[in-house]
Amino acid sequence: MSPPLLGVEEEGVQNNVTLLGSSGSMESVCQNSAELKERNYMGLSDCSSVDSSVFSPPSEERKASLNLKATELRLGLPGLQSPERNPELCLLSSSQLDEKPLFPLHPSSDGHCFASQKNVVSGNKRGFSDAMDGFSEGKFLSDSKDDVMLSPRPSSNFGAQPMKAKEITSQNVVHDRPHAADKTRPNPNASANNNSGAPANKAQVVGWPPIRSFRKNSLASASKNTDEVDGKAGPGALFVKVSMDGAPYLRKVDLKNYTKYQELSSALEKMFSCFTIGQYGSHGTSGRELLSESKLKDLLHGSEYVLTYEDKDGDWMLVGDVPW
Amino acid sequence: STRRSSFPDEVLERVLSLLKTHRDRSSVSLVCKDWYNAERWSRTHVFIGNCYSVSPEIVARRFPKIRSVTLKGKPRFSDFNLVPENWGADIHAWLVVFAAKYPFLEELRLKRMAISDESLEFLAVSFPNFKALSLLSCDGFSTNGLAAIATHCKNLTELDIQENGIDDKGGSWLSCFPESFTSLEVLNFANLSSDIKFDALERLVGRCKSMRVLKLNRSVSLEQLQRLLVNAPQLAELGTGSFSEELTFRQYVELESALSNCKNMHTLSGLWDAKGIYLPALYPVCTHLTFLNLSYAALRSDELAKLLAHCPRLKRLWVLDTVEDKGLEAVGLNCPLLEELRVFPADPFDEEIIHGVTEAGFVAVSFGCPRLHYVLYFCRQMTNAAVATIVQNCPDFTHFRLCIMNPGQPDYITNEPMDEAFGAVVKTCTKLQRLSVSGRLTDLTFEYIGRYAKNLETLSVAFAGSSDWGMQCVMGGCSKLRKLEIRDCPFGNAALLSGLEKYESMRSLWMSACNVTMNGCRLLAREMPRLNVEVMKEDGSDDSQADKVYVYRSIAGPRRDAPPSVLTL
Repeated sequence: MSPPLLGVEEEGVQNNVTLLGSSGSMESVCQNSAELKERNYMGLSDCSSVDSSVFSPPSEERKASLNLKATELRLGLPGLQSPERNPELCLLSSSQLDEKPLFPLHPSSDGHCFASQKNVVSGNKRGFSDAMDGFSEGKFLSDSKDDVMLSPRPSSNFGAQPMKAKEITSQNVVHDRPHAADKTRPNPNASANNNSGAPANKAQVVGWPPIRSFRKNSLASASKNTDEVDGKAGPGALFVKVSMDGAPYLRKVDLKNYTKYQELSSALEKMFSCFTIGQYGSHGTSGRELLSESKLKDLLHGSEYVLTYEDKDGDWMLVGDVPW
Repeated sequence: STRRSSFPDEVLERVLSLLKTHRDRSSVSLVCKDWYNAERWSRTHVFIGNCYSVSPEIVARRFPKIRSVTLKGKPRFSDFNLVPENWGADIHAWLVVFAAKYPFLEELRLKRMAISDESLEFLAVSFPNFKALSLLSCDGFSTNGLAAIATHCKNLTELDIQENGIDDKGGSWLSCFPESFTSLEVLNFANLSSDIKFDALERLVGRCKSMRVLKLNRSVSLEQLQRLLVNAPQLAELGTGSFSEELTFRQYVELESALSNCKNMHTLSGLWDAKGIYLPALYPVCTHLTFLNLSYAALRSDELAKLLAHCPRLKRLWVLDTVEDKGLEAVGLNCPLLEELRVFPADPFDEEIIHGVTEAGFVAVSFGCPRLHYVLYFCRQMTNAAVATIVQNCPDFTHFRLCIMNPGQPDYITNEPMDEAFGAVVKTCTKLQRLSVSGRLTDLTFEYIGRYAKNLETLSVAFAGSSDWGMQCVMGGCSKLRKLEIRDCPFGNAALLSGLEKYESMRSLWMSACNVTMNGCRLLAREMPRLNVEVMKEDGSDDSQADKVYVYRSIAGPRRDAPPSVLTL
């Protein structure tokens, strides 16, 4: 099993910060977690997951899931880090330097160069070291998109090499890209147009691919609707991803299984309590606990491995949360 | 010739009035002076493909009896934000002349024009017989302008608002149609996002018994749709609103029943955010459908397959690439009569995601749909071999628009340029009128185009070519070329000037981010005085470079309304 993602996704950090700020509930939960339930990692778990990879108090949920979109990697201007990201990045670096990962299943990755080896859809899914690298190189946004031009277009040939631009991370350029010409700084064209669709920093080249503003706008709002609901698991389910800062993998919860936030909150606490070693306190139950403490201990001690998979966003997910 | 025609003028005019297309009429007008006059007196509809090629005064002088005008303004690349906002193509000057010369004007169809609310209001009050307004890809107006139209145009039959840059200030404009107003046949407000007063809409649809086209916006719910359909079973074209709210079983049944009563329906669109589980409500309508526009419904392959199983008569299909190759296989299996396919990307700017459609989907469609002649296909990978197969299966292409979304991307299997793909297209598809190329292309592609694409009228090129020679081949070989638009290609002055003789027979040429210089443009302007050579300068660019060049023939001379960033040479 390849090493899971250690440490932090940006939302994780962000939410961690939020969480600590608002209620500190995470820590206290971990410390006071109930007697542990047996986790069935092979698909019989009735845990469901929240789609936005966020565990946060209800009022934060919507904001967080919107932030999920906002922090999702988009093509952008070289050297331009979208405003929301910078503070997160700073938080990431400072907080991670101080914290030890909670569950060191694997050593910190060293050469985990995500961006060049995998499809990193969202920059916030990087491993810790990778994110640090990203910060220092400024290649926060995905690789080759960064050779968007701010410098005047030269008159010479195209198709040859990417033009000089602030950040060229050409190691990810698979083939020559005649990007020379167009600038993507917000030009009067794009901004002045009322219906000018996706913001300029979403496209690597102005007006490419050739899609009309109206359609761009419609897709943008449509994808907001569909991405928050990741549920392809069946007509009744609404699966959503949850990540806990420091956990080696993520979980999924089916929102349809809950009728109020309290239930969701309890379920999530239980779901992640297994990551806090040695903390077997008790807390509020919701009648869903089918597994005893001893069973879990057996499980934990009897098996060193859990089965995870990597999803399309690059997150490591526990197998079994989504019904087969 | 000095001999008079043996026909009395009245007879000639009567005969000519049966000619509809502007091309036929143009041909007729060139026969002789009598025919020219007879034609101009009998023409009721004028089509102006470039609003700056002629002036409203000239039009009014030549054609005294116009009742319907179609006008196109900005270069097509303005749809993709390549043209400055204040570039021009304002309708107002035209309206002023029309108000004086064509007080009985009935129809106005505009594409890529700038139109203000003041102009809309002027239009609404100046033409008492006004019937049809169609605005496509226009900008500069708000819903207030629409309110003026609704308020004043007592004989309105058509209000068609599509894909415009409209300032949506709310849905109250729809309530401006008076209660006595019953003539509307076409209503398309899918472009607008804000909520409309549903009661007003329901009453409007209820009393306009001749309504045949109704395209709603996203704010109209399924339940509201059902209420509308109950009063309008005669609809031939329907654009639904949002197709995704939670319905009770009874509501679903009612919706299905309302839809099944629409026996005339041949076109279906909208379906915003369509949920797969509600699509079966459409099945009764699907049997007769000839045009299905799913380009705002992110369907999966299985959802599309199930739907298409009920659409055997489909001729035109627009989808999002969420249906993937498997969905396109279903197209090939279920729609043997298909003539047009458009596949739009759901996530055009995210290159890291590998999904969408590939060459396999296109090939699958070509095997199942031999009548295919119009395609617009956005994909992330393509091969020369696949395209060769496709055109072998479908040799009748008239419009072949392939967009490999990564600029300059080669055949992903052989790593070669995509030259042979487009070579196959132009060699095999002799009827080809419109071509958009993409991927890594050398001059060879353009050699092929120049040599074989003898019926080509419109060519769009981006991130392609190796040298001036490429464009020279096109200018020299494509005798019927009318519109050429090029961006980000290594074509310079030699290429530009190779078309010197040709531009007067074309509608327009666009070249942006190429290697053309100001001197080259000045030379062109000097040599060809009946062309307008316009250069749009970008801030901060080199003075000698001509960043964006737009060349078009005109009998109206250089335009006087160009903004400072546009230089007419």
